[in-house]
Amino acid sequence: MVELANRTLPLSGFHGGSAVTSLTPAQPAERVSLRARPEDVAALSAALGLSLPTQAKTSATAGKRSALWLGPDEWLVIDEGEGGLMAVLGSSGALHSATDVSHRNTAVLVAGPGAAKTLNGGCPLDLSLKMFPVGACARTLFGKIEVVVLRTAEDAFRVEFWRSFSQYAFGLLQDAAEDAAV
Amino acid sequence: MTKKSFRIKGAGRLTPARTARFTFDGKTYTAYEGDTVASALLANGVHLMGRSFKYHRARGVLSAGAEEPNALIDVARDAARRQPNVRASVQDVFDGAIIRSQNRWPTLAFDTGAINNLLSPFFAAGFYYKTFMWPKEAWAKLYEPIIRRAAGLGVAPKEDDPDHYANRFAHCDVLVAGAGVAGLTAALSAAETGAEVILVDERAEVGGALLFDTSTMIDGRPGYDWAQDVLSRLKAMANVTVLTRTTAFGYYTHNFIGLAERVTDHLPRPGKHLPRERLWQVRAKKVIMATGAIERHMVFANNDRPGIMLASAARLYLNHYGVAVGEKIGVYTAHDSAYEAAIDLKHAGVEIAAIVDCRTHPGEAVVSAARALGIEVLTGHSVLDTAGRLRVSSMTVAPNGGNGKRRIAIDALLMSGGWTPSVHLFSQSRGKLKFDKAKDRFLPGLHVQDGVSIGACNGTDDLPALLAEAAAAGGGTLSVSGSSLYGWTGGMIGAAEGAGPETAVKAFVDFQHDVTAKDIRLAVREGMQSIEHIKRFTTNGMASDQGKLSNMHGLAIAAEMLGKDIPEVGLTTFRAPYTPVTYGTLIAHSRGDLFDPARKTPLHDELATQGAEFEDVGNWKRAWYFPRRGEDMHQAVNRECRTARETAGIFDASTLGKIEVVGPDAAKFLNLLYTNAWDTLKPGKCRYGIMTREDGFIYDDGVVGRLTEDRFHVTTTTGGAPRVLAHMEDYLQTEFPDLKVWLTSTTEQWAVIAVQGPKARDIIAPLVEGLDLSNEAFPHMSVAECTVMGVPARLFRVSFTGEIGFEINVPADYGASVWKAIWERGQALGACLYGTETMHVLRAEKGYLIVGQDTDGTVTPDDAGYGWAVSKKKPDFVGIRGLQRPDLIRENRKQLVGLLTKDPTEVLEEGGQIVADPNQPKPMTMLGHVTSAYWSETLGRSIAIALVAGGRARMGETLYVPMKDKTIAVEVTDMVFFDKEGGRIHG
Repeated sequence: MVELANRTLPLSGFHGGSAVTSLTPAQPAERVSLRARPEDVAALSAALGLSLPTQAKTSATAGKRSALWLGPDEWLVIDEGEGGLMAVLGSSGALHSATDVSHRNTAVLVAGPGAAKTLNGGCPLDLSLKMFPVGACARTLFGKIEVVVLRTAEDAFRVEFWRSFSQYAFGLLQDAAEDAAV
Repeated sequence: MTKKSFRIKGAGRLTPARTARFTFDGKTYTAYEGDTVASALLANGVHLMGRSFKYHRARGVLSAGAEEPNALIDVARDAARRQPNVRASVQDVFDGAIIRSQNRWPTLAFDTGAINNLLSPFFAAGFYYKTFMWPKEAWAKLYEPIIRRAAGLGVAPKEDDPDHYANRFAHCDVLVAGAGVAGLTAALSAAETGAEVILVDERAEVGGALLFDTSTMIDGRPGYDWAQDVLSRLKAMANVTVLTRTTAFGYYTHNFIGLAERVTDHLPRPGKHLPRERLWQVRAKKVIMATGAIERHMVFANNDRPGIMLASAARLYLNHYGVAVGEKIGVYTAHDSAYEAAIDLKHAGVEIAAIVDCRTHPGEAVVSAARALGIEVLTGHSVLDTAGRLRVSSMTVAPNGGNGKRRIAIDALLMSGGWTPSVHLFSQSRGKLKFDKAKDRFLPGLHVQDGVSIGACNGTDDLPALLAEAAAAGGGTLSVSGSSLYGWTGGMIGAAEGAGPETAVKAFVDFQHDVTAKDIRLAVREGMQSIEHIKRFTTNGMASDQGKLSNMHGLAIAAEMLGKDIPEVGLTTFRAPYTPVTYGTLIAHSRGDLFDPARKTPLHDELATQGAEFEDVGNWKRAWYFPRRGEDMHQAVNRECRTARETAGIFDASTLGKIEVVGPDAAKFLNLLYTNAWDTLKPGKCRYGIMTREDGFIYDDGVVGRLTEDRFHVTTTTGGAPRVLAHMEDYLQTEFPDLKVWLTSTTEQWAVIAVQGPKARDIIAPLVEGLDLSNEAFPHMSVAECTVMGVPARLFRVSFTGEIGFEINVPADYGASVWKAIWERGQALGACLYGTETMHVLRAEKGYLIVGQDTDGTVTPDDAGYGWAVSKKKPDFVGIRGLQRPDLIRENRKQLVGLLTKDPTEVLEEGGQIVADPNQPKPMTMLGHVTSAYWSETLGRSIAIALVAGGRARMGETLYVPMKDKTIAVEVTDMVFFDKEGGRIHG
């Protein structure tokens, strides 16, 4: 019997934030980079059980599954529940490319009244509720790294980035969270 | 002894109850909270605050704002928290501040550098272009150090900056720069429409000119009171952000504005959580520039003595700080505004010696008001000179063009040449200026971004018109009424009476760089025609104050000399920043660990635990070698090489770039991107691929595995991963958009553990399930999906060492756990961990290429000896045409070959040049250079790879590598040094 491998999360042990912003490493989730042409969106939506968004800066969520629009033919699908995204998409019958990126990405949940200010410490986007309402998402910059930002509530964001940038992302988030509390 | 105070009872807005103590050049002074260093020193009767840049002339504070050229000081809390070149006129005093003067030795009052003033004929404009040309060597060793020491500003601290800085991106509908009467009105007007407004002002308090003005009523109240009321209304609105002590220093493209907010520089004991300064990067839908105007000085002989200052500055020191700048004050003006300063001072009980006005017809209202107070007004007169060593003591006055010089004793002299609109931000926005001939000033003309200029910076002098303009700019329906006691007239630019072309007096145009009217004229006489040349020749306007006071005067003097109109001579460009911005602010969070991301692999902590030394590869930290106790790098690498060849080595290859290429046209796409063929590759197999650019040169290489018909696992070099993906995406989107294929970076999805060596299979076999690892079932260049320690994995049978090798790809979060298990197995079987250095040696022994080390962007696949990897059958691929270029198929191109030194213990230096005849005259004909060179422990000798002209035709030839101290003889060989038959790789 082969010994089974354990999972080590890139941000295990990290915690932080300030009086106005909490920073919490997200739980592991299944993630798929989904690519498809417009004519195949309907079939893939049906398979996923949500409507793949077709407008820039929008996302769709059904239960524990979210699809984030990253480009005209590109979505980041995040499943925090049972998973099985690759199989579900494979059964859609539609032409697509699905690549498992569950371990490529990791995420920090940024929440609290200072959440937007904290992100704006390194992210040049307009994160006002008017321009970036709940459900809005974007692939953008945070300091020197690429991140995907999803607004999950008025004062909460999910920030996704590649795992090797974890320490940088968390460090800058911490700095910015402290400044947001000034 | 009690020190004499120049505070006027009842004047100003500071509270005597709240004091702060600070030192200036070691002497302790008391200030009121809210004082600037300048106002506090003036209150203590101190005018001497600095020495000038070049001549070391004694200088006092000239202004009460950002334009200050003279009073540059060093402000410190302690040794590390110290900043030089701070303007005393804008630095708030805080309790415990340590202030020092600069550019003087040994003391401010007795400065030996002042000898330069006597030597000034040798330091005329452009002297350094002419004086110290010979001998050439003396420039770097002698002249420059001496000049740098003698002429200079403050000294930067050597300690690390213990403060921290912050950055904030923000968006708004309206950004208002300047919170004077125009800016406040516009901000309120905009805010009332519900717009998101950011209002910034560089001063601690809003109000702008209303801070010194006493004769303006707005909405029936004194201007200052109205301003504070508007401020509290704005602060109460949720859609308004008011930032004081914040400079809008740069106006960039698409209404992007840089703001520097000074958060703690005024606090005696700032909380540790506070950033010293915060950089704001604001994108505004609309920018309202309400930046006001700056009063000009008068250009006359010895106009730079301590005690001589701008009239509006003296008025601000009186009306805001409650400080009289002297006891017997003279005024020299070409503009009505200076009269109001005299009137205010007279009301406060200060003696006004005389108002000297170079105009014959000043504004009647101000003249009669002054005369009614008993002030002597001399119209049509000028100040021809001043006296006083460390403080002005008298002015010499005479009627214009006439005789009858009169010397008047004074201890301060206020001057006003009129007002220069602050068009810096407008100009930075690339707006086009227009010249207002009637008032000799440049005003905003065409705005090229969504911005508008209002108020004094727009030349709107009339108060009701200004208020209407400001309210309209804000976009609301706000209506504000206002009136001023006096309308202002007058103004002049250029040299005043007695400082004309016929004179040799020191009439300063640019105080900070010691440029006189004479210097500007000299520049014209030396042949400078353009203001850009005159500026550089004289350094007028090139100091850190960027010519806020000097530009217009310099321009007028040059125009007069050239006999041209001012717009013809032109205006130099205003550049950001408006005032100096600290490096700390610009760097903000990017210090220490946040300077640049340090990318760590999923195995990093395990490698560190095993004693790895790391090296930087791009942003990655890669394990370099694993020294055991007592081993140096050389010994460690030798051991690692030996163990990997004899037993096995384990290596973290996680940084290898990985791109998943998916879609029915995946093979077709790879056929177009790589030089070799991919449609013939069967699922479950790998192939080494070379990628060329359009020009035919090698761009990247790597092993590609075909997982299924429509899914490829592409690997790239570590450093090449991002650009290779961009390159592929670029071609996919622009050249081959019809292909049904998509690319996804999976570099970080997988932790990659390479196990290489004769015992590699034994090490991994017990951990792998669902795969027959035998040579027959899983030969070299195979790939399979399987399970490793219960985790779905991709297993590659590949080798970058020439030994039997496996690369285990497991989802990254499982990497550390799998690594530990493999290392445990490996240890039991005698394997070692190895790093990038050993990887380099092992691959070089096999002649495997490293793109970017053995190639440099001018090497074709054939040059590299990889001609076999270029398909002869494919109709098209990126680079196919480039490879046909005559220069790429000619004979005698540089080719990669092996080199063996005649002395086997000699390791060549990478980069060493190669020649055929070491005795030929210099410059020698160089045949190429060494690209890789190592000690090969396996072979017991050195090996090298080199690019050599016609290299493959030179096998067996002896060539030479001339070094500094010796010449090394080498023999040209093929690139494979070890296991030439290649049997080991197949196990």
